Amino acid sequence: MSEPPITLYRLQACPFCERVARTLTELDVAYRSRYVEPMHSERNVVKRVSGARSVPAIVDRDTGVTMSESANIVEYLQGTYGEGGA
Amino acid sequence: MVDFDVVSLPETDHVAEGDTAPDFARPLVTDEYWEDRALSEVVDGPTLLLVHPMDGAFQGTYLYNTVDDHDWGQQVDVLGLSISTPYAHKRLLAERADGVRIFSDPGAGVIEEYGLAHDIDGMTGITEARPAVFLLDADRTVEYAWVASEHPEFPDAEAIDDAIGRLVD
Repeated sequence: MSEPPITLYRLQACPFCERVARTLTELDVAYRSRYVEPMHSERNVVKRVSGARSVPAIVDRDTGVTMSESANIVEYLQGTYGEGGA
Repeated sequence: MVDFDVVSLPETDHVAEGDTAPDFARPLVTDEYWEDRALSEVVDGPTLLLVHPMDGAFQGTYLYNTVDDHDWGQQVDVLGLSISTPYAHKRLLAERADGVRIFSDPGAGVIEEYGLAHDIDGMTGITEARPAVFLLDADRTVEYAWVASEHPEFPDAEAIDDAIGRLVD
């Protein structure tokens, strides 16, 4: 099983995270979900990769992009992997 | 005559030395996050797979303290597995067993497949694991296996030390 290019840092039952997951599914982009804790102070791994503790956050190893904020992420995914994307 | 009961467990057809440890995928928990992982993906060298009762039972706490006392994590990769949730695993790992990762198997499907199911008296609906230790080489061949035959029973740390020594050299 090869490693998917995108890692999605997410919180269980976080609607913003679900939005990103749905977009990835719609675009048929392979990803791996990495679940973190609800407590903000417990999310050092997210801070290390993205600079902030907020989720969702994605790391796209194919493009080198790391990004937070679901609206930004959805826009990025549609622009990169959607119809007419790069 | 002792005045406590150590219960003999029934014979079980468990994963044994010489077998290839059956592959499975479950959430694998670190002290920071969890993600679905297959055993075959994470075993890439000598690996100690520890199956234990649910987090919070003293058997699991004792087991990981033994991992630390014997420095097994410095010699091989150490993986655990129990029916507890990822949240519980994270709490367990916060205070001990640096570098250890634990699979979460709440439905006990892996535990059943490995022949380790244990129905505990007075916990209806919960399938527990009998404690078990498997030392795997890089291709998941079981080099050493121990499965509890009594309840409670603890693995022999010196025997595990010896098995690691034989495998790692």
